Amino acid sequence: MMNLQIQKKNTDDHIDELVLIGEVDAYTAPKLKETLLEAAQKQGQKVIVNLSGVQYMDSTGLGVFVGALKSSQQSGSTLTLTGMTERVERLFEITGLTEVINIENTQEEEAR
Amino acid sequence: MSDIIEMVIPAKPDYVGVARLTVSGIASRMGYTFDEIEDIKIAVSEAITNAVNHAYGTEDKGEIHLSFGMYDDKIEITVTDKGKSFDVEATKLSTGPVNGKSVEQINEGGLGLFLIETLMDKVEISDEAGVVVMMTKYLNRDEVDESVDQYKSAPSQ
Repeated sequence: MMNLQIQKKNTDDHIDELVLIGEVDAYTAPKLKETLLEAAQKQGQKVIVNLSGVQYMDSTGLGVFVGALKSSQQSGSTLTLTGMTERVERLFEITGLTEVINIENTQEEEAR
Repeated sequence: MSDIIEMVIPAKPDYVGVARLTVSGIASRMGYTFDEIEDIKIAVSEAITNAVNHAYGTEDKGEIHLSFGMYDDKIEITVTDKGKSFDVEATKLSTGPVNGKSVEQINEGGLGLFLIETLMDKVEISDEAGVVVMMTKYLNRDEVDESVDQYKSAPSQ
């Protein structure tokens, strides 16, 4: 419960989908950072991170996504976050990160 | 009611989650709502993460003292380290919401203090010897009155 599970789905050579389950904090962030940067550094790669299983996240997690976004802009890959719970989405809103990070919470929009 | 719970954890990321579970239990016992408990968990984690990252350098020797003051109308949480101080005012200037900044300008590590101040009702930071972060979240008595609890829990459309 206090850990983070990262599942990698390689549906396509040019798409990396990461499914996160658990908590993103100072303890679990280094592993996420490593996995995410590796994907974001591939030129032309489409990186999708599914956050529907994230029960807790704080600024350490936000920092990892900002770092991945910077890296993707340098390498010409794209980063998309999907499936955020309301709690996690609120964190991105409070900090203003919704303005700079590509977020597609389609499940939630369909439900409305 | 005025009870105090204290704990000391090693200044390592490994124990941020343990402290979070503890404060979650305390806030739950005091009657905070789910959203308030989540806010308190984030604020406490941010303060501890700051101490872990900045207080003791690369040495794994430091400790972080946590104190949870439980009062009728509020919880007062103090996170103390005895490590290196940092310039609170200067740090505040470089933190805050992203508003209008380009991605390159965003300070990845600068969002923690901003979140603490946003999610808690009152925050005091002293950086004279080590860093002491004291944060308060008030308890809305109306919402925890048990007689209206059931009524309130019905979804309001």
